[in-house]
Amino acid sequence: MENDPKGLQNLLEFLWDYIRDLARTQIGEKVYRDWMPFIGTLFLFVFVSNWGGALIPWRLIKLPSGELGAPTADINTTIALALLVSLSYFYAGLSNKGWRYFEYYVHPTPIMLPFKILEDFTKPLSLSFRLFGNILADELVVGVLVFLVPLVLPIPVMFLGLFTSAIQALIFATLAAYYIGEAVEEHH
Amino acid sequence: MLAFNFFGATEGGLFDINATLPLMAIQVVVLTYILNSLFFKPVGNVVEKREKFVSNNIMDAKNKLSEVEKLEADLLSQLQSARSEAQKIVSEAENESDKLYKEALELANNEANASKEKARLEIVNQTSSAREQLFKQADDLSELIVNRLILEK
Repeated sequence: MENDPKGLQNLLEFLWDYIRDLARTQIGEKVYRDWMPFIGTLFLFVFVSNWGGALIPWRLIKLPSGELGAPTADINTTIALALLVSLSYFYAGLSNKGWRYFEYYVHPTPIMLPFKILEDFTKPLSLSFRLFGNILADELVVGVLVFLVPLVLPIPVMFLGLFTSAIQALIFATLAAYYIGEAVEEHH
Repeated sequence: MLAFNFFGATEGGLFDINATLPLMAIQVVVLTYILNSLFFKPVGNVVEKREKFVSNNIMDAKNKLSEVEKLEADLLSQLQSARSEAQKIVSEAENESDKLYKEALELANNEANASKEKARLEIVNQTSSAREQLFKQADDLSELIVNRLILEK
């Protein structure tokens, strides 16, 4: 690490800056530093997993047991990630505001209480199923197309898959950051 | 396993939730710590140090710029005052020379007037004396004519 970035350091700094912007815009100036590594890891993990699955149709290689493919095309992975996000936004809220965190549930009116509680369940559900569904669908489409027409045709769909993968990684990280930001936000 | 059967999962299906889930969670947490110490902290330190350096430099430059502007304004006001002083001196000198010129002119005028007056007086004197002489001569002449006429008779 030098003061004048060269070669690989440029890439690393670009990534770092990208993740910091993401975390800072969603979480806010005050506490984004604490959560940046988590958000960044989520983004990098999902991104690398997605691209790992989308660059090459691994699914075509048959294994005696199990299969090759993006880790994020497995519901276990996405649920694990989503639950981690849930835990972290609860932790963020509680550690930042203490019991006052629960004011968020009756803000702006107590009528919102059931919806806010419901939200705590729908947040991880939607997070995990969105990622899982997108990546799995892409892999299945590529797999089916390769099975039907093993030339040229799957290539545009694979490019689309790369695009979707990147977008999904960004969406996952942004939403995670947004949930944490919502939990630590001060109401006035 | 049975607890998750509300997903409608069958063994080996899409929604097959098993021990991979907690394992994955633990792996991601471990990955977070590893990436934090290998990537986020060092890169963040370098970038933030540089940002601080840059912002410090900008602040410094701004301070220097404001100082330069102050000095420039000072210089400008000094220049202004010097210029006005020079103007004042020049106008004073002009006034003085004007005064001197006027005095000299008046003096010369007075002198000229005096000598003119003197000349006029002289002319008048001479005229009257010439006239007197003429009258005298005319008297003499008339007396002579009268005498001669008397003698001829």
